[in-house]
Amino acid sequence: MDHREALIAASTNRSNPSEAAPGIEVKGLSLTYPEEPNALTDINLSIPGGEVTAVIGPSGCGKSTLLRCFNRMNDMLEGCSYSGSIILNGLDVLDPATDVTALRRRVGMVFQQPNPFPMSIYENVAYGPRIGGVRRRRELDEVVESALRLAALWDEVKDQMNRNAIVLSLGQQQRLVIARAIAVRPEVLLMDEPASSLDPISTLRIEELIYELKQSYTIVIVTHNMQQAARVSDRTAFLNQGRVVEYDSTDKIFTNPAERATEDYITGRYG
Amino acid sequence: MSGDLQRMRYSIESVRAREEKLGAVMSAMTAVATLLALLSVVMFLGFLIFLGGDWLANAQSATSGVDQPVKSNFEVLLWGGAELAVSGGVFPAIVGTIVLTLVMTVIVSPLGIVVALYLTEYAGTGWHTRLLRIGIQNMAAIPSIIYGVFGLAFFVYVIGGRLDNLFFAGNLPNPTFGAPGLLWASLTLAILTLPTVIVATEEGLLRLPLALREGSRALGATRSETIFRVVLPAATPSIMTGIILAVARAAGEVAPLMLVGVVRYAPTLPVSVEAPFIHLEQKFMHLGFFVYDLTMHAPGSEGRVGIVAASGLLLVLVIATLNLAALLLRLRLRRTFLRTGFE
Repeated sequence: MDHREALIAASTNRSNPSEAAPGIEVKGLSLTYPEEPNALTDINLSIPGGEVTAVIGPSGCGKSTLLRCFNRMNDMLEGCSYSGSIILNGLDVLDPATDVTALRRRVGMVFQQPNPFPMSIYENVAYGPRIGGVRRRRELDEVVESALRLAALWDEVKDQMNRNAIVLSLGQQQRLVIARAIAVRPEVLLMDEPASSLDPISTLRIEELIYELKQSYTIVIVTHNMQQAARVSDRTAFLNQGRVVEYDSTDKIFTNPAERATEDYITGRYG
Repeated sequence: MSGDLQRMRYSIESVRAREEKLGAVMSAMTAVATLLALLSVVMFLGFLIFLGGDWLANAQSATSGVDQPVKSNFEVLLWGGAELAVSGGVFPAIVGTIVLTLVMTVIVSPLGIVVALYLTEYAGTGWHTRLLRIGIQNMAAIPSIIYGVFGLAFFVYVIGGRLDNLFFAGNLPNPTFGAPGLLWASLTLAILTLPTVIVATEEGLLRLPLALREGSRALGATRSETIFRVVLPAATPSIMTGIILAVARAAGEVAPLMLVGVVRYAPTLPVSVEAPFIHLEQKFMHLGFFVYDLTMHAPGSEGRVGIVAASGLLLVLVIATLNLAALLLRLRLRRTFLRTGFE
């Protein structure tokens, strides 16, 4: 195992790093809540493991809502109800009996605005492992270091682990939040417009990071930036008004889409 | 055409002129108001410092006999003397005020924080939550003497009487906790300042961005883990602000205390160097009540204003010190949980 593989092994639950991360099967997923009765309608997606899948579409089309189904964050919405199924590695995500906290440890999430906790850099990354019951300092140190290395932040923060995370730049904060998600050793990473609040250089670093991370995790990214979707993703789903209009390889979607609506959207004629 | 333009320019200029006139009037009015406020503060402090300081600076009191050692007025004020017509000087009153405020803080802080947590995190947004919130906010408007009556009736007679029957039956008919004392006074003040702590904590909790809670939940933390590990630490500065306001209010309160534990003379301090260190059942002296007692009961009118002003000055200093201590604590905590985003 080379250095990189050792890092990945340390940051995932897989002993064999060449083993791919699991895929996600979405079948007939619909979601309603009082303000939005047709938030999602009959979504069918087969998201392959170890790849980056981008979800694009106009504002309010349900991209974020779809993403939040994968780790059941929509549960926090009042009056929200699902139908259909999402299968992750044999686990029925939407089953009411599913342990949501255990699910969220397998499916990490990165938000639009960097949201580090008001505590030290070290404590931010150690938060998830601590919640998961890791107590030994040595073990925590290792997890924190490998997560920060994998998130390409270690060299910048290794001498200031006890400083408050708020002193970091926005771009650094977003990578810290990614490290925080990685430290829980998830299988899937959900990213909800992870670069939309960042400057171009920080955006580039996040995109490079996504490319690096896809060999270890299945990544689903929501973005309103067409170029970004084209740059980082292997597959792209175009959503409109809560329905999947088209889902195919990113190359196909951006060069030769099957649907007229998709072409209109990515060429900027609509949305 | 150019006439229209001319007219338009005229009207713009007249509006601007009127606004400038209004602006000048407004700025003059606010300046005058500020000066008035400043003047009243300066006059008030000046009154205390000049009259009180003058009295303190006088080396010898008129009534001390020839063969008695010379006492400075400061000593007389601190330890008591014939001039004060109250045994025990201002020192036990200062100790009583500080101990009372500290015990009150220890009681009100956790209680207020827990209530605020319930209201913001668990109670939901239904009508009963709103009703509860309105009720709590209105508690701050109840005259403080009413709290004193409540404290006497409920804490002293009901709870204290019950405690005596249960645990101190051997001392009856002499009451132990069934009479006014430090514990009941602290509890009464805690109830009085509870709304302050609750409202400030609630504001702090509600101001935290949703993203903070979501970030924690997305890592597999439960709701209570999120609240106790992320939300509460982040709200600490607001909570401290609430506690400072509570201390400020409690330290200056006199009326309710007269009913639940303050006396004009207490033979011993409510604290001691031996276990149990603090005597919660004891009656105690209080600076605010001391000033009142001095004003109403000191003999002769001559020099009375000076004594009263001097003890008033001390009261102001003690309250300022308590506030400063809380402020420094807040500053320290804020440095620990530095978070510029929602401060």
